[in-house]
Amino acid sequence: MPNMDPKKCPMPSQDPIVRAKNFGEVALGYTAEMAVEEATRCLDCKHSPCHSGCPVGIDIPAFIKKVAEEDFTGAYEVLARSTTLAAVCGRVCPQESQCEGKCVRGIRGEPVAIGRLERFVADWHRTHATEAPQKAVPNGHKVAVVGSGPSGLTCAGDLAKLGYAVTVFEALHTPGGVLVYGIPEFRLPKALVQSEIDTLTAMGVEFQTNMVIGKVLTVDELMEDLGFEAVYLASGAGLPSFMGIPGESLNGVYSANEYLTRVNLMKAYLPDSRTPIAKSKKVAVVGGGNVAMDAARCAKRLGAEEVTIVYRRGMEELPARKEEVEHAMEEGIVFQLLTNPVEVLGDEKGYVKGMTCIEMELGAPDTSGRRRPIPKAGSEFTLEVDTMIMSIGTSPNPLLRNTTPGLDTDRRGCIITDGADGLTSRPGVYAGGDAVTGAATVILAMGAGKQAAAAIHKYLQSK
Amino acid sequence: MFRILEKEALNPTVTRMSVEAPLIARKAKPGQFVILRAGENSERIPLTVAGCDQANRSVTVIFQVVGAGTMELNALNVGDCLHDFVGPLGRASELNGLKKVCVVGGGVGCAIALPLAQALHDQGSTVHSVVGFRNKDLVILEKEFAACSDKLVGMSDDGSWGEKGLVTAALESLIQAGETYDQVIAIGPLVRMKFVTAGTKKSNIPTVGSMNPIMIDGTGMCGGCRLTVGGETKFACVDGPDFDGFQVDFDEALHRGSMYRDFEAHAREAECNLFNQEVENDA
Repeated sequence: MPNMDPKKCPMPSQDPIVRAKNFGEVALGYTAEMAVEEATRCLDCKHSPCHSGCPVGIDIPAFIKKVAEEDFTGAYEVLARSTTLAAVCGRVCPQESQCEGKCVRGIRGEPVAIGRLERFVADWHRTHATEAPQKAVPNGHKVAVVGSGPSGLTCAGDLAKLGYAVTVFEALHTPGGVLVYGIPEFRLPKALVQSEIDTLTAMGVEFQTNMVIGKVLTVDELMEDLGFEAVYLASGAGLPSFMGIPGESLNGVYSANEYLTRVNLMKAYLPDSRTPIAKSKKVAVVGGGNVAMDAARCAKRLGAEEVTIVYRRGMEELPARKEEVEHAMEEGIVFQLLTNPVEVLGDEKGYVKGMTCIEMELGAPDTSGRRRPIPKAGSEFTLEVDTMIMSIGTSPNPLLRNTTPGLDTDRRGCIITDGADGLTSRPGVYAGGDAVTGAATVILAMGAGKQAAAAIHKYLQSK
Repeated sequence: MFRILEKEALNPTVTRMSVEAPLIARKAKPGQFVILRAGENSERIPLTVAGCDQANRSVTVIFQVVGAGTMELNALNVGDCLHDFVGPLGRASELNGLKKVCVVGGGVGCAIALPLAQALHDQGSTVHSVVGFRNKDLVILEKEFAACSDKLVGMSDDGSWGEKGLVTAALESLIQAGETYDQVIAIGPLVRMKFVTAGTKKSNIPTVGSMNPIMIDGTGMCGGCRLTVGGETKFACVDGPDFDGFQVDFDEALHRGSMYRDFEAHAREAECNLFNQEVENDA
């Protein structure tokens, strides 16, 4: 008999007042009892719509059934068939618009907490697993993966399972891409990302850090000189956008990328870090996505008294995951909605002292389907801040397209691929993730990595 | 990996280091830079490539010990390994077609100016080098500049080496004496580059400045190294580091360069204390 509680088993989490001052993980994870109880809420319905809502195609009802049976090892085996990054996805996927968004239980009440269960199983496996991951029998083929973010890791994992010798090239000094430099410790502990990378290493994947492909080696050199038969480009969308308003170069104006990289990759929040970050009192974060929430919550944790999200549309249009917005609000982040900055104001020493904002109202829907924000004439006002973080989007890095002849990109600089397989205009060169779509989610990037791995396998087997 | 093959003090605060990095040594061109980290928790330090040696597969960097990061780097010796060494980053300097060039270097900036002067010399260009230091004790690379320059003018602030005065004055004298250049390349402290370009603008001699703003990744990701060039935002790491000196907003760059001055002073003091403790412990 299924558990008919209309609500999810609540997630234990750190108290908002306490956690707003530390970088420890916010959500603490289910206990085994909680997981089993939540798993029994699954109706194991015949058409399992959740399954189709997962970009990497996890057999969700099957793993939940194993959890309900308290067979956590079995549950992990089901997850591992489709994902190499379950501990990551369980934490950062926008489940409400994917698997959980399709759950039948969501029609009357809350959907089954699929993400929390995935996280539980992955964490349980990490702390209880005794067997080392298996190395597949080598099939004699070499594949290069450019970028070690979620898309690259997924592609590498799937190809390694098939016996390919995979080398992942990472530009930074630590592998993990956005999982390491972008998403903060309190949402995704870095030790956990490292553990996923260790698993891939144990499966035979080779990681080479400090390798900027396009600079130290070109794609052509990878294929012609180093014998890689196929290349997967998963270099992400790392180039930050600025608004182009006066004052953006004042000291104290950061791109969200820079702010988060200083905090996450360079550990500027630790007292003995060599990398500095502004000591702020009043911070404005411009933008409404997950990255904006991450930046705002980092600023709070670094000791800022007042942190404000400045977003040009309304609450309903915020692109961030619902849970991130809720967590930010609980931690005291202020939401200044329907507001857009028009100028950054500086003091005589060249530091930010405020920003001129204008109020917005929503007009007819634009090409994105969201209502277009229109400035209200004469509504300008000043917001006093000493730090401003621009989180208005990123675009793909030009390094690869500038150094790979014959690689077609679109007007925004995104790599053009032939459908879901990820084949680019260059034979043997595949691409996926944010490098193709522009800034999107971890799970979509993983889905692309998975499909490209299958396509690369098909290509190399038929060669 | 990234083993230190050679280390030499060029003056009391400037060190030359050759680092084993075969892939970068094969690719790096004058004007490009590397980013390195001395240890696992060090900051990322961008340094312009001062030379490459294909034979021993190494890249040479020259740095001034100015803060905690460079102190830590300078504590490493031959045989030690750097934790990270990535490059070559940025665009190479565009030297093609230049027939006569004046290379102006100030202080440790001369380390960056030298490979350009050498490359120009190797391609058959006429090279005039104007190099300036505070005093004779701080002079570096004198022989190297002499070897690749058709004319070498040395300047010092106090007159203890070469002529007394600033590089800007020396350059102006050359121009007034009738020298013409296809390009002036200015490398050194921002203030110096600002005044060099102010001078060359009067005679309309194209002038390139090599910018070295604060940056993290060096691949275009952080945007911390942004500059205003001709009214547009440019990233020094991917669009530069060389820019048209007439177009660069040097005042803004000066402000941005001083953003973490307090933090850096504090970190330097902490590193000094650490160093002193170690010396005491060893004694």
